[in-house]
Amino acid sequence: MSVISRGFTGRGRSDPSLPPGQYLTEDFPVLSAGPTPRVDTDRWELTVITEAGARYSWSWSDLLALPAESVTVDLHCVTKWSKLGTHWAGVSVDTLLAEVETAADFVLVRSYGGYTTNLPLADLLDGQAWIAYRYDGEPLEPEHGGPVRLLVPHLYLWKSAKWLRAIELRHDDEPGFWESLGYHNYGDPWLEQRYWGD
Amino acid sequence: MARAAVLGRLTWQVATVESARTETATARTLALDVPDWPGHLPGQHVDVRLTAADGYSTQRSYSIANASEPGRVELTVQRVADGEVSPYLAELAEPGDQFELRGPIGGYFTWSPVEPAPVLLVAGGSGIVPLMAMIRTRSVTGSRAPFRLIYSSRGPDDVIYATELDRLAAADGAAGELEISYVYTRSIPAGWPSPPGRLDSTALAVAGWPPDREPLAFVCGPTGFVEAVSGLLVEQGHAPNRIKTERFGPTGGAR
Repeated sequence: MSVISRGFTGRGRSDPSLPPGQYLTEDFPVLSAGPTPRVDTDRWELTVITEAGARYSWSWSDLLALPAESVTVDLHCVTKWSKLGTHWAGVSVDTLLAEVETAADFVLVRSYGGYTTNLPLADLLDGQAWIAYRYDGEPLEPEHGGPVRLLVPHLYLWKSAKWLRAIELRHDDEPGFWESLGYHNYGDPWLEQRYWGD
Repeated sequence: MARAAVLGRLTWQVATVESARTETATARTLALDVPDWPGHLPGQHVDVRLTAADGYSTQRSYSIANASEPGRVELTVQRVADGEVSPYLAELAEPGDQFELRGPIGGYFTWSPVEPAPVLLVAGGSGIVPLMAMIRTRSVTGSRAPFRLIYSSRGPDDVIYATELDRLAAADGAAGELEISYVYTRSIPAGWPSPPGRLDSTALAVAGWPPDREPLAFVCGPTGFVEAVSGLLVEQGHAPNRIKTERFGPTGGAR
């Protein structure tokens, strides 16, 4: 039912490595709702809070002491750009949560600066998500979420919270920042789940 | 009405170009007839989908330029060198031509005319577009919220909406309610008192609001510009949660 736009020819053609409605970019655009928080690694801390109220914390040096993985993944931003084959290093969420006792189904991720996003816990496990602190062989820049961001590449990039501060394990699914402002609760790029009702 | 529009399901709608207005050598405004458009909040954007004759389609996001009107959307599009969609919108499309859009999208980078707080708008280049929607909304709703706009362009020929901005500022000038300060980074008008240069901390402090007025700040432009300006505002003592930003990169469309 789509209308043809007279005179538009377009440049790319359907690329099987791109989800629907996405286009390829070579640079790394920045999208954030406010000023970039500056978090020194000597005061950075990651806290996991379980549904029972138990708290687990990692300092910067604690995080670096955990076994790290290098991964190459594709990024898909809801604003339409995709960037393929990006190189990251960090700790698998499986590793981080290995000793954490939980029966939670959901997480609410909190950032320095106040940003939040929600996901099913299952989407952070089984090698699908990382606590990332290096990008392209360098420490992660603040604009891109440094010192530490969540990386969940199979969902739209707003789920990969920058400036990671805490992961709350929950029985209920509490909508995060963009999820409360019209963006899809789950955000699968291959199903083009950009907005509510998609 | 507009709030409900944010929450509803966003379906693709056919937009018909009603008129095209040249703004600068590289920017153009398209007035679009979108029969079921519910209205919007200033600062929101739309997704545009263009489809070629062979069925290939591509999407980009563009900020809305006009104040809310049912059935009508205005987009001001800056041609991006190398862009796939912006040349079509900024140069090719003519009255009667059609494409699809859906929206309004984005419930954060928005201003409400019932908000009495002073407003600081800081635009870099085509980052003026969503801020202009706020200025126009302020004008048509009769809001008395004091506005200050700092608008950075490469040169005087790159200023979008120059005539309308002058008119709105003059209309409000007596009360000092809408003050506009221009910054030129590459070339300056004849007789301009300072050499071309980037917006710096002093100019931002002089042309903006002191932090104790607790203004609401909207900063929109290229990533480097927004990073620099929002960083300066925080350094000057503005609360980070009073600073809302929209960044666009060379490939990021009008966002």
